[in-house]
Amino acid sequence: MASGAVYSHRDPMLKKRDDFEDILEERRNSSDLRYALRCYTPLFYKGVAPCKPSMLKSMVLQSDQLHYVINQVSKETGRETGVVQDEASAILEEMAHTLQLSTVRFFAFTLSKVFKSLFRSICVNEEGIQRLQQAIREHPVVLLPSHRSYMDFLLMSYLLYTYDLTLPVIAAGMDFMGMKFVGEMLRMSGAFFIRRSFGGDKLYWAVFSEYVKTMLKNGFAPVEFFLEGTRSRTSKSLTPKLGLLNIAMDPFLKGQVFDVNVVPVSISYERILEETLYARELLGIPKPKESTSGLFKARKVLSEDYGSIHVYFGQPVSVRSLAEGRVDRCQFNLVPRHIPSRADEDIHSFVNDSAYKLVRAQEENMVLKPWVLLASLLLQNQAAGQKQGVALDELTAQAVWLRDLSRQYGAFLHWPDQMSPSEVVSSSLSLHRGLVRICEGKVQLAVEQEGAPVGPGEPRSTVTPEEKLLSQAVIVLSCASYRNQALHVFLRPALLASAIHAASSNQKQEVFNGFSFLRNMFSNEFILCPGATVQDFEEACYLLVKTGALQVTEQEVLVTEGGHRTLAFLISMLDPFLQGYQVVCRFLCEEATESLTEKQFIPAVRKFIIKHLLAGRLRHAEVLSSDLQKNSLAAFLRLGAVQRIKGVDQGTLKVNTVMVNSLEDTLGGKLPTQKAVAARL
Amino acid sequence: MDHKHGSSMASNSSGSDRQRVAQQRLRIIAGHLQRPVDVDSTIRAAECKAQGTETHVEEKTVPKRRQEIMKWNGWGYSDTKFLFNKKGQAEFTGKRYKLSGMIIPALKEWMEGTFGTNMQHKSPATPILTSGAVQPPTLNEAFVEELTSTGIPFSLDAEDRVFRAHGHCLHEIFALREGKVGRVPDLVVWPNCHNDVVKIVELACKHGVCLIPYGGGTSVSSGLECPPEETRSIVSLDTSQMNRILWIDEKNLTAHMEAGIVGQDLERLLNESGYCTGHEPDSMEFSSLGGWVATRASGMKKNIYGNIEDLVVHVRMVTPQGVIEKSCQGPRMSIGPDIHHFILGSEGTLGVVTEVTMKIRPVPEYQKYGSVVFPSFEQGVACLREVAKQRCAPASIRLMDNEQFKFGHALKPQVSSMFTSFLDGLKTFYITKFKGFEPNSLCVATLLFEGGREKVLQHEKQVYDIAAKFGGLAAGEDNGQRGYMLTFVIAYLRDLGMDYYVIGESFETSVPWDRVLDICRNVKARITRECKDKGVQFAPLSSCRVTQTYDAGACVYFYFAFNYRGLSDPVHVYDEVEHAAREEILANGGSLSHHHGVGKLRKEWMREAVSNVGMGMLKSVKDYVDPNNIFGNRNLL
Ligand SMILES: Cc1cc2nc3c(=O)[nH]c(=O)nc-3n(C[C@H](O)[C@H](O)[C@H](O)COP(=O)(O)OP(=O)(O)OC[C@H]3O[C@@H](n4cnc5c(N)ncnc54)[C@H](O)[C@@H]3O)c2cc1C
Repeated sequence: MASGAVYSHRDPMLKKRDDFEDILEERRNSSDLRYALRCYTPLFYKGVAPCKPSMLKSMVLQSDQLHYVINQVSKETGRETGVVQDEASAILEEMAHTLQLSTVRFFAFTLSKVFKSLFRSICVNEEGIQRLQQAIREHPVVLLPSHRSYMDFLLMSYLLYTYDLTLPVIAAGMDFMGMKFVGEMLRMSGAFFIRRSFGGDKLYWAVFSEYVKTMLKNGFAPVEFFLEGTRSRTSKSLTPKLGLLNIAMDPFLKGQVFDVNVVPVSISYERILEETLYARELLGIPKPKESTSGLFKARKVLSEDYGSIHVYFGQPVSVRSLAEGRVDRCQFNLVPRHIPSRADEDIHSFVNDSAYKLVRAQEENMVLKPWVLLASLLLQNQAAGQKQGVALDELTAQAVWLRDLSRQYGAFLHWPDQMSPSEVVSSSLSLHRGLVRICEGKVQLAVEQEGAPVGPGEPRSTVTPEEKLLSQAVIVLSCASYRNQALHVFLRPALLASAIHAASSNQKQEVFNGFSFLRNMFSNEFILCPGATVQDFEEACYLLVKTGALQVTEQEVLVTEGGHRTLAFLISMLDPFLQGYQVVCRFLCEEATESLTEKQFIPAVRKFIIKHLLAGRLRHAEVLSSDLQKNSLAAFLRLGAVQRIKGVDQGTLKVNTVMVNSLEDTLGGKLPTQKAVAARL
Repeated sequence: MDHKHGSSMASNSSGSDRQRVAQQRLRIIAGHLQRPVDVDSTIRAAECKAQGTETHVEEKTVPKRRQEIMKWNGWGYSDTKFLFNKKGQAEFTGKRYKLSGMIIPALKEWMEGTFGTNMQHKSPATPILTSGAVQPPTLNEAFVEELTSTGIPFSLDAEDRVFRAHGHCLHEIFALREGKVGRVPDLVVWPNCHNDVVKIVELACKHGVCLIPYGGGTSVSSGLECPPEETRSIVSLDTSQMNRILWIDEKNLTAHMEAGIVGQDLERLLNESGYCTGHEPDSMEFSSLGGWVATRASGMKKNIYGNIEDLVVHVRMVTPQGVIEKSCQGPRMSIGPDIHHFILGSEGTLGVVTEVTMKIRPVPEYQKYGSVVFPSFEQGVACLREVAKQRCAPASIRLMDNEQFKFGHALKPQVSSMFTSFLDGLKTFYITKFKGFEPNSLCVATLLFEGGREKVLQHEKQVYDIAAKFGGLAAGEDNGQRGYMLTFVIAYLRDLGMDYYVIGESFETSVPWDRVLDICRNVKARITRECKDKGVQFAPLSSCRVTQTYDAGACVYFYFAFNYRGLSDPVHVYDEVEHAAREEILANGGSLSHHHGVGKLRKEWMREAVSNVGMGMLKSVKDYVDPNNIFGNRNLL
């Protein structure tokens, strides 16, 4: 329960993790129907029975907070309070869940069937379940699963039902509501729906926050939401969104509950259902609308093998202990608590720091499959220009090396030790046969397929070089999404390795400056806790020293004889990102016009990159990822290298060419003195 | 035997008691006469007393040698205590209280169940203080010499000095029980009147002596503790002998008293003239008028009579700069910030309150107790809030949580005419009336109505009607009366606990209405959590009650006790938990104190509580009034 549990341990090898239990095993051996109809008797928070959805709604509508805002809105707009009140009711109707056990039972039945056909196993750490059960009984609980698939929240509810825990209510995006029938089904299984953006809408915010708080304060049910805001298309954790976490912490900060327990949940898919869908989306191949029929078209999906899922319920994190010594709760003493107030700077930074810690806690307990290591190696080999692939036994040897390294870095790797390495490698490759090809004993990414179609419906004959490039990129990005699962393990050492690589000397200070520059540059790309530069640097040094790759003295950082291989690997890990940011810099300097709007940015930069890729000037097709492009823009905006200028209809981007140029140089390791830039940032 | 309106505190005025006390007093006076410094005290006393109109020499409750009637290392009268008798039953000894001499059969089980105590595991107190435990006095010769020449009685006796070195905080009593004594006053002086105090203060200023006013010694804020860093000679100025009512003004309904008078004497003497002040803090048997002013005390019946600041009409205080007082007794004034408010709550840091004019009221015609049982604490609080909203609070209304409700039951005596009906009544109550109530969540409010008979009955109905709206069921007069009777008895229980490895304390706060439930829940939970974290083996008793209602909020009391077996430094653990609980109170919008004051115990939070400027204001007053820190108890600032 201690806040320490969220933070990375000094020695990751010592990280203790629970064992897993496959819940599908029982499903395969006993009746799904009986399971769906079985007696469900969860233990509630302090013995409080959950409250009916209708009752919950009326509690929200009668709350002081909502009354206050209704009156305020009515005064501001001149509308009658009754009218505003009706509007609030309507918002609530649109939002509220209508959880009913019968729907949950329906899902329990159908999902059992679906899961059994899709997955080999669904593994859950049962100790985590026990901790969760305890937490639910003692405190209001917030569940924070990672978000990689549409499947996530159904899976969560399915698990909680299976283990006889109080069913959660889940914050879901409105886009689901596009699928009428499915939307209502989800609502009945505990989802509540929030509009994607409601920036200035006071009333909406009030209804929404009061709805969530009422559930939490009374401990009616665990509240579940996705800290990352949306599904990560890249398998990298996304920068946490703070809105809901803010709301969830508020009842504690204002003393309305003794504590809130936040439980990070890491859901790892061996094969992601949406794999190529995501890649296509990142490449700008239009996203199919999330419609019911679209989802059912995915029926072909049902016949494939998606390996296993691992769900790890992390240590419950007490918001109280997170806030201990961080937040002065007395600040809420002087204003009635039902009056909405803007969060102070210190609350904001507290919530932000907590959010990062929690995302890291999710990352840490993500189960990595051997394929993740293979994907990393294959991508590196491919970028290194080994067009004809690596020999299978060579790949196996590399994988074993990487397995040992990643374990030393504390990765939660599920490598079946009872199998021989070559068996492990070949079974991994066979599960992902859509992405790799083995040809004459050599393994390579399946990018060279002649005339691979971009879309299923498009004619084969008219394949342009650009289309070919994009179809290759689909494979590369799909692969990268697996490699990305391991990024958090290697990130800090990789930043250090790159800094060492770029430094002109062995001076520790120079290396640190380089590290700190890169860390700052990439803080929209990866999960790097704000203000933890020194800590991250030390962690990176520690890991590299521990594995014998580095010697660190007071003044110097020296790569050992045997360390070059590790460093080369780490540098290559980061290389696509470095190259991606550089190419965006180049775009900004060369092509960005005065009138470039934010909306035009992605298409324009994509065009630019395609041009360079086709000309063979770029190594990594990965840089086509719109995620990377967006993140780099966000970083440049944050650093002030690009500015948003408010225009008539939309904002334009104003580029500070000098600064962008120097960032590009520094990223490319071209500037001998990086200190100047680092200092400027 | 009873007071006119059934006050439950110990009584000295009853026939045999009075005789006994008078004899005791004689003994004491004889004792004093044997001591050189005290030769002409009686003569001088007469001089001082000549100013007053009413003298009640025989009726003084508090002798100079307090240890002759009170425990030196525990609460209250020496003849009164809880103990487990040979049969293993709890018994309350002595004759002073209604519960005195009775067996309390359920107490043992309650203690065992609540704290995991065991009758075999005792932690008895050191019976007597060894002479070596007390440092010999550091005397300021010149001061002693001049003091002697004034003829004001004083003492260097170790027992006298130790008695005035503490209040009733847990750590203070715990140390005494272990026979440990820290810094104690070097000398105790007993002024007999205002002028004596003026002389003493002058001498202290002249010779650089530290003065600590001592009233009833009931401080629960480390207010009486001698600062260990104090190098000057420390003189405890005991006001107990300044205990006369100097006049009663029936036209204006005011009375003028010396500040050393203790609550029980004040009420008793006023009662004799048909009046009362109505100020009844739970410590009123021993706490003094000057102490109340110095700590901003609050009485149980403040709803009718007001707190001390509402009751005071005029105050006289002797400071190193001279005497401060107002020039008239106008009932309200607009003459700048009220200087009384520099005095009220000054906690002995500015001077000695010597005389006070207070409002008085005719003794009420009729008193009636009552009680209401609520299905839950939440409903109880909602009811109290409504009562406050309608401004119809009875003289006293207190809401006990479930733990205290059970505790109250554990204190039911075995056989007694006044209780049999209650006992039986309660049984049938349980079976019939409260059937739907969950025994582990119900709670009880006790009520005290006062006034004209008709009005009281009307008032009673109004309150019970409100209670009914919140699911409250009237639970009888006896239940209520018993609750108030226990007020004076409960203080004795801590000593029993300490005999069996249980330590505890109560502390209070005031908080806006909308936060009452939150603060109760969170502070109780925090206490439980902290105890667990600190290695306390058995879950602590962590309980609360709402004891006062105001327009804008309430006063909440927390009770906290635990079994300390297995802990190497129980007092330290206790202090840490109380500290954490106070932080929790502050974080939940509660005040640093409703009436116990700041003393040295809660000093660290003062700045936060009143802001930098506020602190500066208080400091500058101190700097002006007492630049040499003669009143050096170091409370508050
Ligand atoms: C069992 C128990 C119950 C209590 N219940 C209540 C309650 O219901 N309400 C309440 O308000 N408090 C209560 N208290 C706290 C305590 O009784 C009050 O703070 C009381 O006002 C202290 O009065 P005292 O005469 O005992 O002062 P002391 O304890 O002797 O002194 C308290 C402080 O005041 C100073 N002081 C004392 N007399 C003078 C004077 N004449 N001039 C200047 N300074 C002086 C002292 O230096 C010291 O700092 C309780 C305490 C106990 C132990």
